Amino acid sequence: MNSLILKTTVRFINKLLLLFSVFLLLRGHNEPGGGFVGGLVASTVFILYTLSEGYKEALAYLKVSPFSLIIVGLTTAILSALPSLFLGDAFMKAIWLETRIPIIGKFGTPFVFDLGVYFLVLGITLSIVLSLRKDSE
Amino acid sequence: MNNVLTIAPLLLPMLSGVLLLSIKQNIKLSTAVYLVSSILQFIVSSILLFTISESKFFVMHIGGWEAPFGITIAIDIAGSIMLVAGSFVSLAVALFAVNTVEPRRLQFGFYGLTQFLILGVNGAFITGDIFNLFVWFEVMLISSFVLLSLGAGKEQLEGTIKYVLLNLVSSAFFLMGVGILYSATGSLNFAKIASVAILNPDNSLLTLSTAFFIFSFGMKAAIFPVFFWLPSSYHTPPIVVTALFSGLLTKVGVFSLIRLFTYVLPTQQQEFSFLLKVLAGFTMVIGVLGAIAQNDVRRLLSFHIISQIGYMIMGIAIGTAASFAATIFYIVHNMLAKTNLFFAAGIQNQILGTYNLKKSGGLYKTAPYLSLLFIISAFALAGFPPLSGFPAKLTLISSGFSAGEYLISGVAIMVSFFTLFSMVKIWNEAYWKELIPERSAGSNTNKMMYLPVILMALAIIGTGVFFQPIYHLLMMAAHQLSTPELYINAVLGEV
Repeated sequence: MNSLILKTTVRFINKLLLLFSVFLLLRGHNEPGGGFVGGLVASTVFILYTLSEGYKEALAYLKVSPFSLIIVGLTTAILSALPSLFLGDAFMKAIWLETRIPIIGKFGTPFVFDLGVYFLVLGITLSIVLSLRKDSE
Repeated sequence: MNNVLTIAPLLLPMLSGVLLLSIKQNIKLSTAVYLVSSILQFIVSSILLFTISESKFFVMHIGGWEAPFGITIAIDIAGSIMLVAGSFVSLAVALFAVNTVEPRRLQFGFYGLTQFLILGVNGAFITGDIFNLFVWFEVMLISSFVLLSLGAGKEQLEGTIKYVLLNLVSSAFFLMGVGILYSATGSLNFAKIASVAILNPDNSLLTLSTAFFIFSFGMKAAIFPVFFWLPSSYHTPPIVVTALFSGLLTKVGVFSLIRLFTYVLPTQQQEFSFLLKVLAGFTMVIGVLGAIAQNDVRRLLSFHIISQIGYMIMGIAIGTAASFAATIFYIVHNMLAKTNLFFAAGIQNQILGTYNLKKSGGLYKTAPYLSLLFIISAFALAGFPPLSGFPAKLTLISSGFSAGEYLISGVAIMVSFFTLFSMVKIWNEAYWKELIPERSAGSNTNKMMYLPVILMALAIIGTGVFFQPIYHLLMMAAHQLSTPELYINAVLGEV
């Protein structure tokens, strides 16, 4: 698609959407949001870019392959479940830091898990959408 | 340390699955990781089996959320026996896979996918939550969809579509059953459901949900009359995938039925006993008759899986402690014998270049060791002493007779003869018959391919000869299974 309006809008809206996805990720523990929704919103950034610029340009914009995002996400999520195990407690039990971290707020293993989900969802959505787009181009 | 051991059957395949997917382009490295991880899983599940004892369960509440609310992992003796058998089969499959699967499939992530399949299977063996069981089924199914269709040919895709469609139907019924059960008991935890169900056994919703579960698990286990997906899809992928599926997938369906009638809804076993007996009889007979009619080794063995599932359902239908013990051993025996027969068929294909029995022959002359290994597995399946099939059938049929179930036990004995007959058919056609001259023999076999087959054959002989200590273990497992109070106490704490 070659539309000047779309291209210009996407250039402006992309940063906002990325910021919004991070906001969703951070507020997700007790409020609507979280890694899954955040990842979906983040993937729309690149999907919009694919629509306005094209498949190859979107891959270049992403810089890493969607598949490596999947691996990073899965690994992060699994690793977040392990610390409690080594403290002699149940698998996946939440461990929270006492002190609050600026911006993130309350930090603990559930946040790391959510971060993993964020990358996993981003990677999977993009690998599906981009491979569909690749076929149509 | 116990908490690590409890979660290890899930954690190991999960970690190695992700690792293998991320290094799938490097075939040498991923092969090494795959083998090491398979061996490690076998060792860990063996440790689990040795440390578990009669009155003890390994229980873990995931995330520290206590029993009726969180997801529970509860390993009993029966579950750990299945873990050991399953990891042994997957180890043998690993040894076979590294020698047979072509690089193209490996680069698609074949090794990683088998790990995710095993993750699903292990999860289904040890979970204590009915919705979690559903999730493990899905994990298992999705990885098996991909394994079936990987590197697809036209025939392979056709088989996959049948498999996917029918399994989705089965999953839908499972989910409906879960919903009904939740509305009736207010919980998804096995122990909690059981404790509610024991107090209120006449609730018709429980009967309804059991019927849904029987349909769903029955479809996954391929029992009569919903078995037709199995022979139409199992012969299409590479033989090592078929071996893995035949060793694990249908058995998970059967094992879930055992769980259902022991820990989840022990009161429903009586009501469905007759239905299960009828289904078991038909499954046995129709499976074996279907097998005799086939000319493709893989199709023949696929029909055979169905027939053997009938025996396991029979054990569940009888429902005494002895019959549960026999069923568990039957599952183990079948995992070993059936997987090994598929391996033998794979090697036969490597030598002769065909699975078609009409076109093969002369293996007794060209591959005498393969003949020996085949005979061991085939005789085990038919129930010859001292192989694993003999104690399996003996304990099962004698538990039938002592429970007064003469008809179904008689059918089981009769089906054994047909089983032998169909094994003799493979023997006559592929091994005994003179080779048709234009086929060249002994072209592309790898000596290492025999290693898993020999291992499995040793296990078949071993479990048959040293059945006494195994029987003791089985009786302990059956005691746990037939005393749901032990399980309820272990999961919910002393009430």
